[in-house]
Amino acid sequence: MTVESAPCAGCHEVTDAERFAQLDDVLQQYRDVPGALIPVLQIAQAIFGYLPDAALRRISTALGKSFSEVAGVVGFYSFFTTVPRGRHLIRVCLGTACYVRGGKDVLAALRSALRVEVGETTADQTFSLDVGRCFGACGLAPVIMIDDDVHERVRPGQLMGILEKYRVPGARDAVRREARQETV
Amino acid sequence: MVRLTINDTPVEVAEGTTVLHAARQAGVRIPTLCYVERLQAIGACRVCVVEIEGMLNLAASCSLPVREGMRVRTNTRRVRESRRLVVELLLSEHDGDCQTCDRREDCELQALSAELGIRSITYTGQKTRKRIDLSTPGLIRDHGKCIKCRRCVSVCAETQHVGALWAQGRGFDTAIGPAFNRELSTVACVQCGQCAAVCPVGAITEQSHIERVWDAIDDPHKHVVVQTAPAIRAALGECFGCPPGTLVTGKMTTALHKLGFDAVFDTNFAADLTIMEEGSELLARLRRTLVDGQPAALPMFTSCSPGWILFAEYFHPQILPHLSTCKSPQQMFGALAKTYYAEKLGLKPEQIFVASVMPCTAKKFECQRPEMNASGGPDVDAVLTTRELGKMIRAAGIDFLSLPESEMDAPLGLSSGAADIFATTGGVMEAALRTAYEVVTGRPLPLDNLHVAPVMGLTGVKEASLVIEDTRPDWSFLEGVELRVAVAHGLANAQRLVDAVLAGERQYHFIEVMTCPGGCIGGGGQPRFTNDTVRLARIQAIYQEDESKTLRKSHDNPAIAELYATFLGQPLGERSHHLLHTKYHARSAV
Ligand code: SF4
Ligand code: SF4
Ligand code: SF4
Ligand code: FES
Repeated sequence: MTVESAPCAGCHEVTDAERFAQLDDVLQQYRDVPGALIPVLQIAQAIFGYLPDAALRRISTALGKSFSEVAGVVGFYSFFTTVPRGRHLIRVCLGTACYVRGGKDVLAALRSALRVEVGETTADQTFSLDVGRCFGACGLAPVIMIDDDVHERVRPGQLMGILEKYRVPGARDAVRREARQETV
Repeated sequence: MVRLTINDTPVEVAEGTTVLHAARQAGVRIPTLCYVERLQAIGACRVCVVEIEGMLNLAASCSLPVREGMRVRTNTRRVRESRRLVVELLLSEHDGDCQTCDRREDCELQALSAELGIRSITYTGQKTRKRIDLSTPGLIRDHGKCIKCRRCVSVCAETQHVGALWAQGRGFDTAIGPAFNRELSTVACVQCGQCAAVCPVGAITEQSHIERVWDAIDDPHKHVVVQTAPAIRAALGECFGCPPGTLVTGKMTTALHKLGFDAVFDTNFAADLTIMEEGSELLARLRRTLVDGQPAALPMFTSCSPGWILFAEYFHPQILPHLSTCKSPQQMFGALAKTYYAEKLGLKPEQIFVASVMPCTAKKFECQRPEMNASGGPDVDAVLTTRELGKMIRAAGIDFLSLPESEMDAPLGLSSGAADIFATTGGVMEAALRTAYEVVTGRPLPLDNLHVAPVMGLTGVKEASLVIEDTRPDWSFLEGVELRVAVAHGLANAQRLVDAVLAGERQYHFIEVMTCPGGCIGGGGQPRFTNDTVRLARIQAIYQEDESKTLRKSHDNPAIAELYATFLGQPLGERSHHLLHTKYHARSAV
């Protein structure tokens, strides 16, 4: 699941209070719906960009599920995360093709460049690092995805240049156009 | 009926029977591990596999219903090897220490390994990561020993409607525990210990107070008294190989004297006192609404069971005013031992050490509640479970079974049969009715052998009603009133009952709730393993103890009369209020 957490240009920064109000609305709607837990967690993750403890507690109370059950469900599905996501999500493909053609080295380079482990977010909240299994671009391995953009045949030496483009606020559209052209 | 063969022997069983049960009915043993009757049949461990003709894979018999013409084999080489493989894998991950483990005597994993004849482990797997959780007063959890059978998850969620334990994470990293594998104290847990009661291994057990008690016994400056809950006498024998339902009151008393306690008393005494206080409280609430036309917190709920108190504090704060303000018998006893009894001996409260023997892990929680300091410090200093007392007796080299019988000491050792039945579901209600009815009408409860049959037995929620007639003049406002009562045991049943009351579907005056299935006789601190057969045997023993007494009603207990005459004054009086009653407070469940 892709999560859009960054406010788009022109939108005001959403406050936490607003996010919780939104969550309460959702919970109101799902209060008596059987099997509501997973959909509610997905919506909550979309609202917050991740699943903060306080939101999970609110969900647990509203749906009458114990906190341990809610936590168990969150931990079972890999698409849920309880750590805040950075503005950009980097996913390194570790499918077989990418792995043997340098994906492993790309990942190592990213870990040391960003000083984060897989699943973590940089201190400045710009990047989160994650891994994936096959983005369907094996012929162009190794592949990384940053948000919705696919970067192909990536070599460790190029990484700084790629990341730099995402650091500039608002620069994302430009990157996206560029990435698309690369693919063409 | 369905016909099948098990190891070539024809068997006929009812439709819907599982292969496991069909085998049991045919006298064929199939080992099990995750399966627990009436709790879960999730097919998780695959210890119970059998071969079914025409099926490619072995099948978990605990969760497979029989089919007409099925041919089952329970003892082929393939079956035996598969079972051993499963258990060897469990053992290879298990971070155990059998020689010093709390469960070394009744570990189901060890027994299974013996049954399957495992002598070596072929696999060298990664061990489950060891993490010891000491965060709650009642329980210890040792993750390294958890075999992920999920029995605790089922009992906590389904029997107790709490859900403190759940599978966290996925794959090999799955761990059974509280949210995000944090400590148990970070989630709502009522400390009932039912998880510890069903765990097949040493992964959950009670926080031991054995050393505290030995230290007190050895301290020459302490006068150490012990109280035993009514449920102990019907279960302690099991620690020494007696069949469930063996009454060992006299031997237990002798053993406690031999352990070195200065006085051996009975929680039963405080149970009789509870009836006086709680009965008066109920009658006062009835008077308030029926005579004064004032709103009163009815129905009134019993408050003897500390797990139920925590459950209400966490999940139903709106009913807290409906709980009786009476402390539990354990805590009433502690408060009196350190005041009334201490005064008699000319001792200060801090010179007395009160140890309890309880069927319960939640009592360990209860004794450290800040409200339970009526004597100036903790009124109860240590709580031993039935299992722990068994261990102490053993460690002291006492040959329990050959002990002579003896009597409890006066004055806090005297009690009525009404107190004995506090140990079983329905017992507090019956004891209360024996007294309340007689107080109001001057006549004994007009029921066979003083038993309130509709509230006896293992049905989850039970009801009874009683029309009060020919009252004494003081109680004429109750003339013709139909007193409606209900009883629930196991918190999921309590939840159902509370829901029905809150929704206005059911009206009662008085409700008994016990946290554990069967009541205290099925408590989280009782000898393992407790199933319904064991529960019924213990309950039968408890009624036998009650019926064998000349005193059957709490208000007939002369030691209680003396307590009121010389110390307390009257039920609900000033001193009672201070020593015997308490307050509750809402807690956040998340
Ligand atoms: S749980 Fe059983 S197998 Fe494990 S260490 Fe304890 S006694 Fe041994
Ligand atoms: S003590 Fe009771 S409430 Fe707590 S985890 Fe165990 S079963 Fe659940
Ligand atoms: S703690 Fe005990 S009951 Fe719970 S899953 Fe582990 S082994 Fe089973
Ligand atoms: S006992 Fe049948 S699968 Fe565990």
